[in-house]
Amino acid sequence: MNSTRYRTCLPFLALMLSLFLAGCAAHSVNSQDEVPPMHSISQFKDQRFAEVADPWERFNRSMYRFNFYFDKYLFLPVVKSYEFITPTFVQERVSGFYNNIGEVQNFTNSLFQLKGKESVTTLARFVTNSTVGLGGLFDPATSFGLERHDQDFGKTLGYWGADSGPYLVLPIFGPSSLRDAGGLAVDSGIYYGIYTAIDPFGNSDDAFAIGSVITALDTVDTRHQQSFRYYESGYPFEYDIVRFFYHEKREIESGKYIPAE
Amino acid sequence: MSKLQHSVKLLLFIACLLLAPLPSSAADDGYGYPIPGSYEATILGTPPELMPEPPAKMLTRLLVLDVVPGRQKPPIFFYDEGLRCTFAYQEKKAPLIFLIAGAGASDRSPKITAMMMSLYQAGFHVITLPSPSTANFIVSASQSRIPGDLTEDAADLYRAMEIAWDHVKGDIEVSSFYLCGYSLGATQAAFVAKLDEERRAFNFRKVLMINPAVSLYSSAGRIEDLLKQIPGGAKKQGIFFNRMLSKFSQFYRRGNFVSINDEFLYAIYTEKLFSREETGGLIGLTYRINLAGMIFSSDVMTNSGYVVPKNRVLGSTDSTFDYFLVSSHLSFFDYFNEYLYPHFQKLRPGLTKQAFIDSLSLRSIEGYLKSSAKFGVMTNENDFILAKGELDYLRQLFGERTKVYPRGGHLGNLEYKENLANMVNFFK
Repeated sequence: MNSTRYRTCLPFLALMLSLFLAGCAAHSVNSQDEVPPMHSISQFKDQRFAEVADPWERFNRSMYRFNFYFDKYLFLPVVKSYEFITPTFVQERVSGFYNNIGEVQNFTNSLFQLKGKESVTTLARFVTNSTVGLGGLFDPATSFGLERHDQDFGKTLGYWGADSGPYLVLPIFGPSSLRDAGGLAVDSGIYYGIYTAIDPFGNSDDAFAIGSVITALDTVDTRHQQSFRYYESGYPFEYDIVRFFYHEKREIESGKYIPAE
Repeated sequence: MSKLQHSVKLLLFIACLLLAPLPSSAADDGYGYPIPGSYEATILGTPPELMPEPPAKMLTRLLVLDVVPGRQKPPIFFYDEGLRCTFAYQEKKAPLIFLIAGAGASDRSPKITAMMMSLYQAGFHVITLPSPSTANFIVSASQSRIPGDLTEDAADLYRAMEIAWDHVKGDIEVSSFYLCGYSLGATQAAFVAKLDEERRAFNFRKVLMINPAVSLYSSAGRIEDLLKQIPGGAKKQGIFFNRMLSKFSQFYRRGNFVSINDEFLYAIYTEKLFSREETGGLIGLTYRINLAGMIFSSDVMTNSGYVVPKNRVLGSTDSTFDYFLVSSHLSFFDYFNEYLYPHFQKLRPGLTKQAFIDSLSLRSIEGYLKSSAKFGVMTNENDFILAKGELDYLRQLFGERTKVYPRGGHLGNLEYKENLANMVNFFK
């Protein structure tokens, strides 16, 4: 037991060390004098575009790089093993199960946003899929015309006018913002609160172990459903573009409905 | 490998537009691809229900190739460990086909993946290569690190193919070799095939060009022209971008949509949110954003002092946003006149600009293309990268091996099932 734990720690230590060294290397090589380029920002006479406030860019870029390595050496190998040993049919049921649990968050947040119709739809989805859909394993609600509305507390804050705040790349979770990171904490808190209140495995001696397995599988399933791979686009401005798309998508989707004039 | 049809967030802006379902408003010409406008087709691509079924199972492997041994990579490209190619293999003897991606596209771009899946389903081994205009290729596979010369890029591609083949030949049985490319990759395929006649490593039996440019200089100019239609021209593309973005977001908020999904994008198309000029402008802008990646990567790799100060070593946590703004405001002609041509002029004294422009065209090897029976071409009546007369030129060059579809714009119909079936049939 101890040795396995040690073995999983080791690549981590190596990783942290290499990150640290890479960071140093980046700043130590600068022996020759710089010469201004032929085209520079000082000649720029247009509106800036696709820009997002990012005062913590160095930290964020380090996190972005950390996530790349985390994916590469731990997360994706685990996800790939999961995909390899699990039949596609089972994978889809697992995703369905967790997506259905996610409806709780969609529901609480559509309530927080006082979106009556949407709350009813989401509740109906949850009830339908939990019963007819066998605990979310299947999604009959969608075929009944009940559309999924993804909601979270970050969007709720945005809906009530909270600014996104600076861009923030979270470890493992990836692109976020100060507001959305706070929202994530609130959603996790609500989830944990409900889970503790219901305490579905309270009678079991292995409640903690079962809870850990559920969380671990949730994490693996989330990454399994997410096709994004760090640096895979090969585009040298990937960080900038991902930042812009993340920010803009959140802004647009959390915005208030404007009735036509 | 169920994740091949990944949608990288980078391309969300276009990718999201690519997936919109559409009404079948096919004209009465027996061709079922539905989108009549050339710009709309280019942006929207093929509706998912008109794409072929993907293969149930596809054995693939990512190849990371060391094409230029000893290549020094600056810290900003720390994640680049070699040229990334995707290899899909059959468990029996089969022909192997190399696919070259279009400008700015990687080995896993949606278009090349669609081609790979169709060919795989028809029983081919497939190796996909990123375009020589991508950062990955410039950093890891380009000898000069300066993309744009068809002859040199073809030599780089050929070397990459040889190394890829070297990597996999122990694992598969191959009966013969084929070659295919789309857009810029199609034009490059012609030059690769010509090189193969001397080097004979593959003896390509057939070569298919899909939506090729006849002349790089002319085609780049035609895409640049799309930006001239926006108010203030290309120098004001930032204003244009911000205006289009606010239109996009206003439209979303007025429409009470659930999320930025197919339904929303379909509405953008049917409600004609963007005018024809604006749609063209968006294509031009996307092209510029792509080009910016190429210019920046090449400049970093050569330390030329073009957009990055000479001798500055960029680290992995340094901001690149200002370089993005500056590079995306450079046109193909800026790159050509200030960077590409001077480089080759230095290497080949006496090379005039016109002679260089002429060398970047299929016309420069037309004698060979005409004499060889291995080539085929597929393009569209309304592919706007072709100048007046260039379509006729292709017909004249390749005769009945030219297939011209009535619509599809530039690559819009590439993933349409009939197009992919015709592509497969060409190699059979």
